[in-house]
Amino acid sequence: MQSIVVVGASLAGLRAAEQLRHAGYDGTLTMVGDEPHLPYDRPPLSKQVLAGSWDADRIALTVQGDHGLDGLDLDWRLGVRATGLDLAGRTIELDGDGDGDGASGSDRRLPFDGLVIATGATPRTLPTGGLAGIHTLRTLDDCLAVRAALDATPRRVVVVGAGFIGAEVAATCRGRGLDVTLLEALPVPLERAIGPEIGALSAEVHRDHGVDVRLGVGVDRFDGGDRVERVHLVDGTTVEADVVVVGVGVAPNTGWLDGSGLTVDNGVVCDAGCLAAPGVVAAGDVARWPSARFGGLIRVEHWENAIAMGEHAAQRLLSDAAATDPPPTSYDPVPWFWSDQYDRKVQLSGLAGGADEVLVVDGSLAERRFAAIYRRHDRIVAVLAMNRPRLVVTYRPLVERRASWAEALALATTG
Amino acid sequence: MGYQVVVDFDLCESNARCMEVAPEVFEVRDDDFLYVLQERPADDLRDKVEEAVRRCPKAAISIAED
Repeated sequence: MQSIVVVGASLAGLRAAEQLRHAGYDGTLTMVGDEPHLPYDRPPLSKQVLAGSWDADRIALTVQGDHGLDGLDLDWRLGVRATGLDLAGRTIELDGDGDGDGASGSDRRLPFDGLVIATGATPRTLPTGGLAGIHTLRTLDDCLAVRAALDATPRRVVVVGAGFIGAEVAATCRGRGLDVTLLEALPVPLERAIGPEIGALSAEVHRDHGVDVRLGVGVDRFDGGDRVERVHLVDGTTVEADVVVVGVGVAPNTGWLDGSGLTVDNGVVCDAGCLAAPGVVAAGDVARWPSARFGGLIRVEHWENAIAMGEHAAQRLLSDAAATDPPPTSYDPVPWFWSDQYDRKVQLSGLAGGADEVLVVDGSLAERRFAAIYRRHDRIVAVLAMNRPRLVVTYRPLVERRASWAEALALATTG
Repeated sequence: MGYQVVVDFDLCESNARCMEVAPEVFEVRDDDFLYVLQERPADDLRDKVEEAVRRCPKAAISIAED
């Protein structure tokens, strides 16, 4: 394998590239990214960068080793979007050309021996009616646009969607002293992710901090002159707002793979070892894989998965090319993520969605400091903690080995 | 060649990924603070410490060569 192309120049793509070099791959390694930036870290975009305490230079992704990014010897095609994949011909089709020489034609097709797909996801949007001031938040440029709008001291910010991005944006805006209305179409925020009890607590934490939380009501339309001035809700009420941030989920960036022959179904579907097709792996928010631990295909949108899957996918790409024994190891991690809101840190290890039961095993929801475990059938499938990081570490091994609920309860009473 | 584990406690937010990866070196206690149990771990812990560096959401851990 002499040439590898990584499509997607964010965290998963960079960690894959880093692992390829670490494993001894010394052929060409081309990074294609549709953003005009070198890889940067997204979690601070809804926190420190939006708050104004960090600038963009603080979030540049670095790599281990003395020579940093330069030491990886990467060819960068930034501001270039992949528009198609020719599997049989082993080429990527590109729109735009990042090397600034004005050429077209041959530059639009990029051949590869090995391919890493790490194109991430894009925020879902609501119809804006052409009004300015309605934002989504995924990229650095999105964040800087929202931050500029917040710097103008709006009368009120409306955040649409009380998922983790919306929640963090609401918390950051409150931290800036702004009035915030947080809208959630579901009766309980995050019910699918963390269950109704703790989802309800999430809304209460925002109310603790003076956010106007409205549950079970969606947006009907936006209204204003050139810029948004108010939000009309489906229950007939209106909220005056100068800035709107929409956080209603993301969709994996797989449109460019239509017709390629890869299996695309809520993400690029891989085997149990990150392989999507011979010589093609996927990693990060765009990837979907079979989990023996949790059952069925899963796709997660977590920071840590971008790293772990990027590393695993890189290793798989090399072993697939070498076609040597032993058989590849499967990628079946315990997903982990964190969310920081106000002075609360929420961490989740495992998959809590669709659980049959949640049990608080330490502290209490009322204290806003607790750990809770989740059961599906007779096994522990997740642990969630708010400001109790140590306990996530305590219970994760049980989730990892699919321990029985009885064992988890025993630990809860003795631990 | 020895090495030293360095934590920037201004960045550390006790996510405890380091503790998960290298509990011999990192411990987040019930006070929610991170304690570095050994600043100069043995060579055979180096791989785990490097993974802890990669897994830290705040990039708060680094390795200083002696």
